[in-house]
Amino acid sequence: METTANAEQLVAKAQAQNLSFYYSDYQALKSINMTVHEKKVTALIGPSGCGKSTLLRCFNRMHDLYPGNRYEGGIRLHPDNTDLLSPDVDPIEVRMRISMVFQKPNPFPKSIYENVAYGLRVRGVNKRVILDEKVEEALRDAALWDEVKERLDDLASNLSGGQQQRLCIARALATEPEMILFDEPTSALDPIATANIEELISELKEKVTILIVTHNMQQAARVSDFTAYMYLGELVEFGATDQIFIKPQKKETEDYITGRFG
Amino acid sequence: MIPATTSARLKKRRTRHLRERVIEGVLFLAASISVFTTVAIVYILVKESVVFFQQVPLKDFLFDTQWTPLFDDAHFGIVVLLSGTVVSSVVALCVAIPLGTIIAIYLSEFAPFALRELAKPFLELLGGVPTIIYGYFALIFVTPLLQKIYPDLPGFNLLSAGLVMGIMIIPYVSSLSEDAMRAVPMSLREGSYAMGATRLQTALKVVMPAATSGIASAYILGISRAVGETMILAVAAGMQPNLTWNPLEPAATVTTYIVQVALGDLPHGSIGYQTIFVAGLSLMLMTLMLNIVGHILRKKYREAY
Amino acid sequence: MDLRDIQSIRAVIARGKRWDVIFSLLGLLALMTGVLTFVALFADMTIQGAPRLSLDFFTNFPSRRAGEAGILSAWVGTTLVMLTTAMAAVPLGVAAGVYLEEYAPKNWVTDVIEINVTNLAGVPSIVYGLLALGLFVYQFGLGQSILSAGLTLALLILPIVIVATRESIRAIPQVIREGAYALGATPWQTVRDHILPYSSAGILTGVIIGMARAIGETAPIITIGALTFIAFLPPAPYQETLPFFNFDWLMAPFTVMPIQMFNWTSRPEAAFQANAAAAGFVLVLMTLAMNGLAIFLRYRLRRNIKW
Repeated sequence: METTANAEQLVAKAQAQNLSFYYSDYQALKSINMTVHEKKVTALIGPSGCGKSTLLRCFNRMHDLYPGNRYEGGIRLHPDNTDLLSPDVDPIEVRMRISMVFQKPNPFPKSIYENVAYGLRVRGVNKRVILDEKVEEALRDAALWDEVKERLDDLASNLSGGQQQRLCIARALATEPEMILFDEPTSALDPIATANIEELISELKEKVTILIVTHNMQQAARVSDFTAYMYLGELVEFGATDQIFIKPQKKETEDYITGRFG
Repeated sequence: MIPATTSARLKKRRTRHLRERVIEGVLFLAASISVFTTVAIVYILVKESVVFFQQVPLKDFLFDTQWTPLFDDAHFGIVVLLSGTVVSSVVALCVAIPLGTIIAIYLSEFAPFALRELAKPFLELLGGVPTIIYGYFALIFVTPLLQKIYPDLPGFNLLSAGLVMGIMIIPYVSSLSEDAMRAVPMSLREGSYAMGATRLQTALKVVMPAATSGIASAYILGISRAVGETMILAVAAGMQPNLTWNPLEPAATVTTYIVQVALGDLPHGSIGYQTIFVAGLSLMLMTLMLNIVGHILRKKYREAY
Repeated sequence: MDLRDIQSIRAVIARGKRWDVIFSLLGLLALMTGVLTFVALFADMTIQGAPRLSLDFFTNFPSRRAGEAGILSAWVGTTLVMLTTAMAAVPLGVAAGVYLEEYAPKNWVTDVIEINVTNLAGVPSIVYGLLALGLFVYQFGLGQSILSAGLTLALLILPIVIVATRESIRAIPQVIREGAYALGATPWQTVRDHILPYSSAGILTGVIIGMARAIGETAPIITIGALTFIAFLPPAPYQETLPFFNFDWLMAPFTVMPIQMFNWTSRPEAAFQANAAAAGFVLVLMTLAMNGLAIFLRYRLRRNIKW
C-alpha cells in the first residue's frame, strides 16, 4: 500500500501524548494521541465544537493567555523531544518555534513591511539589510511579493482580504518557524482567494510542517497528507488523507465524511 | 360595531395623538437647552469682549507684556496670563501623560483581573475629589515638601500647583486611554503573541498603535482639563499676574485671574468687569482649538482594525 | 544568522521578560503614586482638621475667631444649592436623554444637539461661572442667590446626566420597545412604563456622579460673586401659615462648603488652616460617599441585569 511505502520517509515533528485540555471545569480535549509528520500537511476536521481549534491552539500554547485554562499530558516537539506543554518551557519560546495563521486575517495596524518584520523585530533583529532580505523572502514565499513590492510602506489594512491573509502567512514565515498552525485560514475569504491560499499551503509543505484546522472537508482532502477526525473532544480517527476519505475505519468518520452527519 | 363607541374612540385617539406631540415637543425643548447654553456662552463672552475691544486695541491685547487692568496705568497683555496657564499645564501634563499612559497600559495589558477591578473605581474616586481639596493639598503639603529641596521656593508657585494638578488629571488620561486599548480586538493581540511577542512588546507595538485615536482623545481631554483648571492654581500658585516661563515662580493664569476679580467688588460694566469675559473668551478659544486638534487627530488615526 | 538557535531564542526571551517585569513594577509604581497622593491628602487633612471636628463645628457660623468658626451656613448652603441643581438638572437631563435616544430623528438638528452636548462636557467650569454672571445675575436679575448658583451647577452637570441617561436607555434591548408597541402603546407610554423604569438605576448613578462633581465645584460659584462670609441662614423653606412652604430661600445670599474652605485656606493664620482642613475633610467625605454609592450602584446593576 501507498501509506506503507511512504512510512519509511516519515519523520515525526510533533506528538500529542494523552493530551487533555480544560477550560476551567469543562474538558474540551480528551486524551488525544496524534503524530504530526515533518514537512507534511495534517488537517483537523470535525463538526464545530469538536475541539479541533482547541487542539491546534495547544501547539503554540495560546491557551496560556487566558486564566483558568489547563493542560494535561504533553506535546513532544522533535528533534529535541521538548515537551511543549511542560511548565518549564516558556510559551514564548514555543510560539517562536511554531507560528500561527488565524481564522480572520489580523494584520497589525502597521505597514506591510513592518507586519512581516514584526516577528524578527520581536527577536531583536533590527538590521535593515537582514530585515529587507527576510521580508522579501517571506513575501515571495507567500506569493505576495509581486503585488506589494511597490508599496511596502502602505498600511496593511489597505490590502484585500485574501492579500491580508497571505500577508499574515508571510508574517508567520519570516521567522523560519519549524511548524505553522492554520486555524481555518480561508473561512473569511472568497473562493478565488481560498484557492490561492490552498495552493500556497501545498507549496509551503516543502519547507515547513503544517497543521491546519478546517471546517471544509473538500479543503482537507485537497491540501492535506494526513487527516484527523475529531468529535466531542476526542480523536476518532487519524490516518493518511486518502485512506480517511476513501476507506474510513470507523463508522462515525464515514458518516461525517459522507455528509450523513455534521 | 356600535357607531357611538367608535367615534368616541377616534376622538380619544386624536387627543392622545395631540398629547404625544406635546410631550415630544417638551422633550425636544429640554434637549435643545444644550444648544441654548452654547449660544448663551458665546453671546455673553462676545458681548462683553466687544465692549472691551472698543477701548483696547487688539494689538495691545496680544503683544503687551503687562497685565494691569485695575491700575491707573492699565495694560492688557493677555500673554502674561497665558504664560501662567502654559507653564502650569506643561508641569501638570509632564506628570499626567506619562503616569496616566503607564497606568492605562498596565491595567489594560498586565494587571490581574482583581487588581483592575479595584484600581478602576479608585482612580474614579481620585478624579472625583473636588479641586479645592487638591489646591489645599498643594499649598499645605506639597509646597513645604518642595521647599525642603529648593529652600528658595516661594509659598505660592506654579510647580507645586502643576504637580498636584497632574495627579488630578491622571484618571482622565488613564481611563480614556485604557478604554481605547481594551477596545482593540483580541485577535490583534493573539496575532502578536503568536509571533512570540512579550506582553510589553504586544502592548507597545500592537495595542497602542491600534488605539492611537482614543489615546489622542485622552491626551486632549487631559490638556483641556489642565488649561481650564482653576481652584488648584487659585489656592497654590498665587493670583498675581507675572510674565514668566519659570515654574518656580508664582503667577496668575487665565482662570485664576477671573477668580481674583470675582473675589473683589468690581462694578458691573467697568473695564475690569469686561476683562474677565475677555479672559473667558480666550479660554474658550483655547478649548475650541484643542477640540479641533482632537478632531483632526481622531480623523487621521481612525481605528484601523 | 540562525533564527532557530534555541540558545539565542532563550536569551531574547529572557531579555523581553525582564522588560515585562520592569514595566509591571513601573505600572504598580504609577498606580501607587495615585494611591499615596490620596492617602497623604486624606491623612494630612484628617490630622490637621481633627481637633476642629466637633458638633460645634457643624452648628457654628463662620467667625473672625478661628476657634469659634463653623460650617453651619456652608453646609446648609450646599444642601440648598444641591437641591436646586437636582431639581433643574434631573428633569432637563433625563428629558433630553430620552429625546435623543427615543425620539430624535436622524437629521442635522439632532447632530447639532449631540455635538453641543459633547462639547459642553469639555467647557471649563469657570466659563459656566461667567455665563451665570452675565446671564443669571445681571440679565435675568437673579442676583447672587441660591437660585443662580443652583442653575449654574445644573447647566454644568447637564451633559453628565444626559450621557448617563442615554447610555442606560441604550442598554435596553429593542425587543422591549417592540413588545410595548406590539401591545398598542404610544411612544410616550413606552417611555413612561418601560424605558424610564428599566433605566432608572443607571440614570440615578449618573445623577449621583454629576451631583458629586457639583458639590465640589468652587470656581463658577466664586465667579457669580457668592459672598464668602455669611453669618446667617437663608429663610426656612417652611412656615406656620398656609401654604406652609415658601421659596424665599431661593433668592437668598449664601455660601457653600468649597467656598468656605477656600476662604479659610487663603487666610494666613494657621488656626484657619485647621478650619480649612476640617471643612475639606467633611467635603471629601461627602464626595467620596456619593462616588462610592455610584460605584456600588453600578456594580450591583452590572450583576443584576440579565436581559
